[in-house]
Amino acid sequence: MHVFADPTNLDAYLSGFLWILKLTGASAVLALVLGVLLAAFRVSPVPVLRGFGAAWVNIFRNTPLTLIIFFCYFGLYSTLGLTLSEDLDLNNFWLGVVGLSVYTAAFVCESVRSGINTVPAGQAEAARAIGLTFFQTLRIVILPQAGRAVVAPLGSVLIALCKNATIVGTIGLIEASSVMKQLINDNGDAVIPIFLVFAGTFAAILVPTGYFFGWLANRLAVKR
Amino acid sequence: MSTTTVLYDHPGPRARVRNAVLSVVFGVGLAALLWWVYAKFDQAGQWEGSLWKPFAEAPTWTQFIVPGLRQTLLAAATGMVLSLAFGILFAVGRLSDHRWVRVPAGVVVEFFRAVPLLLMIFFIFYGVPFLIQAPVPAFWSVVVGLTLYNGSVLAEAFRAGIRSIPFGQSEAAYAVGMRKNQVMQLILVPQAARAMLPVIVSQLVVLLKDTALGYIVAFPELLQRGVNDLAANRGNVVAAAIVVGAIYIVINSLLTTLANWLDRRTRRQGFRIPKQAATPDSNPAGGATVAEPQG
Repeated sequence: MHVFADPTNLDAYLSGFLWILKLTGASAVLALVLGVLLAAFRVSPVPVLRGFGAAWVNIFRNTPLTLIIFFCYFGLYSTLGLTLSEDLDLNNFWLGVVGLSVYTAAFVCESVRSGINTVPAGQAEAARAIGLTFFQTLRIVILPQAGRAVVAPLGSVLIALCKNATIVGTIGLIEASSVMKQLINDNGDAVIPIFLVFAGTFAAILVPTGYFFGWLANRLAVKR
Repeated sequence: MSTTTVLYDHPGPRARVRNAVLSVVFGVGLAALLWWVYAKFDQAGQWEGSLWKPFAEAPTWTQFIVPGLRQTLLAAATGMVLSLAFGILFAVGRLSDHRWVRVPAGVVVEFFRAVPLLLMIFFIFYGVPFLIQAPVPAFWSVVVGLTLYNGSVLAEAFRAGIRSIPFGQSEAAYAVGMRKNQVMQLILVPQAARAMLPVIVSQLVVLLKDTALGYIVAFPELLQRGVNDLAANRGNVVAAAIVVGAIYIVINSLLTTLANWLDRRTRRQGFRIPKQAATPDSNPAGGATVAEPQG
């Protein structure tokens, strides 16, 4: 444990996981908004929107996240000149958030859509029968019920997002996995403790999160 | 799709007009968006013929893309075979009657599911050489990382699969005098494996995408060769990323289509395992689905 007794290393460890949490938080909000919007597109009566939603999901779900993050940096930033912040770290951070969000939104969209499919057809029929429009049906009747059904899948998406945040290290943000790599290279005699601390921290964050979402899903489940 | 069309009435004349108007409005918006992207590319000179021309030349394919693709497929195939073995072994381990087998198997599976794959790969690539006093090839650090993660995911899927087989099956097997191992080997695993085929194929998509992490440890796979190395030579990183992205999308779409076809087929035969890995208590990671989005 002597590695983490050194304040410099301890700071690096903490700031690494702070970046992971920030990336996860920012991307989760963006991906949730975008994903719900895309799911609404995919079930809408307008063919253009349905096509757009389907194209988004097929493109981003089938591309490796590493390639997306790579493109955000070398394509959007280096080549096309998209700068999101003057600060170098913050710029990399936001580029990473863009990549994580567009990728994760595809999975959120699919989860929400499968949630919409769990709502019995009678609910939508009843809503239409009393004269609600498409948006009213979706907003008042379908999405609230679908939302409860997708708590568990969205929890898994969030957990995957948190793990995926390590990939942003590729574009120079010193997040947890980059810190671990550095510490391993500097302390060849303490490889296993270093790995166990980093892996253990991830497990300590994610396993309770998983249990929490499992509990929440049970609690919110629509009893039919 | 019947549930989604139930969300709105069959359009009458007014709804048809409204939908047409909305289609046009959003169509124009979309076209404007695409044009904006096009203009941005144009402004950065990304439509220059010289950037796209390499893709019409043989060396680009024979020296960069095809060798990269071959490594990607090789790593994915090796990883898949090893993951399957790992998955079956640990699924059976977690269902064991002996506590000293069940608990460690559970700990291993939960641990590797919770650790980011990149962290595993870094540990194997940078850390293990210190322990064994010999370098670990990038290929094996990627494959072993993929095996541990995807094997754990598959183990959970298999376990759900084995548990979902009707009790009568194993009862009947015990009744004809089979031993525990025989019941597992001859009755439960074969049935679970067949029903899990769609899940296995969709996990292959995850695995194939995750090979791209190899780029980070300089493993010469598709992203490394087809985008990074190619762009270093020709300076066409945007074009290369788009072409390579398209290759990934085509391969993964084909695999997804195959998985859906297998899913429909097994469903038609009246025996099917729920896609969501079973009950909450069997799945502490919040009902983590098998098709977890990974890099």
